[in-house]
Amino acid sequence: MTEELIRAVTLAETPAQMVTAVQNLAAAKDPAAIPTLIAVFGYNNPAAAVVAVAALTELGEIAVPQLLEQIDDYNYGARAYSIRTLAAIADPRALDVLITTAATDFAPSVRRAAAKGLGNLNWSNLGFPESQTAINRALDTLLLICQDTDWSIRYAAIVGLQALAKIAEVRETILTLFQEMLANDAEKSVRARIQLAYTNCGF
Amino acid sequence: MVEPSAEDYSAENGAQLTPEQAIANLQSSDLSLRYYAAWWLGKFRVSQTEAVDALIAALEDKADRTELGGYPLRRNAARALGKLGNPKAVPGLIKCLECSDHYVREAAAQSLAMLGAQTAVPALIKLLDGGVAQAVQVTGLPHLTQPYTAVLEALGAIGATEAISLIQPFLKHPVPRVQCSAARAMYQLTQDSTYGELLVKMLQESDLKLRRVILGDLGAIGYMAAADAIAQAQAENSFKLMALKGLLEHQIAHELDSLSISDQAIRVMNLMDSLL
Repeated sequence: MTEELIRAVTLAETPAQMVTAVQNLAAAKDPAAIPTLIAVFGYNNPAAAVVAVAALTELGEIAVPQLLEQIDDYNYGARAYSIRTLAAIADPRALDVLITTAATDFAPSVRRAAAKGLGNLNWSNLGFPESQTAINRALDTLLLICQDTDWSIRYAAIVGLQALAKIAEVRETILTLFQEMLANDAEKSVRARIQLAYTNCGF
Repeated sequence: MVEPSAEDYSAENGAQLTPEQAIANLQSSDLSLRYYAAWWLGKFRVSQTEAVDALIAALEDKADRTELGGYPLRRNAARALGKLGNPKAVPGLIKCLECSDHYVREAAAQSLAMLGAQTAVPALIKLLDGGVAQAVQVTGLPHLTQPYTAVLEALGAIGATEAISLIQPFLKHPVPRVQCSAARAMYQLTQDSTYGELLVKMLQESDLKLRRVILGDLGAIGYMAAADAIAQAQAENSFKLMALKGLLEHQIAHELDSLSISDQAIRVMNLMDSLL
């Protein structure tokens, strides 16, 4: 059954056929579909890719190892979908990839997705003290990219930090950074997002 | 949005300059160094008086010519002067609106818009002479008789309400890009949502390149009713984020120093978050 649905994806001839085929494959909710769904990220079909992201996110942790292995180093469009999916599943096994991506990827769209994801991983999946180390590494990366020259990267870092501020141990550090940026950031939009983060965090 | 960012590109590919060198290079015997220096001064917002004066002088350059008689250095100097924000540049830029080089006129109109130059309005209006009937393709060249898009957008940005009746006919210009510029200006001059909705409608119908342009238009005019249409547009997230940033900035123009943010601003930020 799933095999047929996979074949339909590979045989789709028009963008619309592709979207339908991916929707049908997604509906099967079968882990056997994972490699095909990941491959859809590289087809330059945004509508189909969005369906694939949702399907992989719903499959959840079982999709994480293949998502990590099959990140496309040569296609930043595809890579952004992989990172968004990993961020949405929030499995902390993605931490290293998200850190490297947020700090060093050349494509802003990919970095933004990673920055947002870094604040929101399921830290409780890790034991103690691994979770503490992981949280601090995510924090360090987000603090670093808060100094990026691209406003959209700083904006995404604030969204990540807002989520991370739920953790008591790092709350004070984040609050201090927010105060500094609110006073100094050149972009009105970035400052507005910090104000919203304040409200959302209950600072 | 160009990826990688222009900064990475220039850092790797351009000569390492200082402001002093760049200003000096505007007089270099090497024309390509002059051209690069003018771009560099704008890019890095070198706004000291010497830079502004040197760039104003470069608006009259005669040495740097293309095969077709264009003035590359004047183009870059005009573009740079818009970014430096010094009103001293306005008279020189107004003069450029009469330059024989289409791209110098275009750059001057764009920069006059950035400078909010009220005194440029009569000269800008003059470029609309003949109306839509005259606004035709130049044979063999990839542009119209005048840089209409830049002129219409400048009149809108400057707030030239006296030009409304001249701008309105361009809503029916055969080139969609010109229609967009007219709609953008009409919205800015009248705040009538009809023109905002015109852009929203075109955002759904047009091709990808024009969709990106319209996203820029909606951001520039801060048309809040377009927020959801922007977020759902078929275009790259980078363009949508830029457009929503424009909406957000319009929304918070008067409220940021008070400590609260409006529900409208929060709505825009929630959409932006979803596009990361």
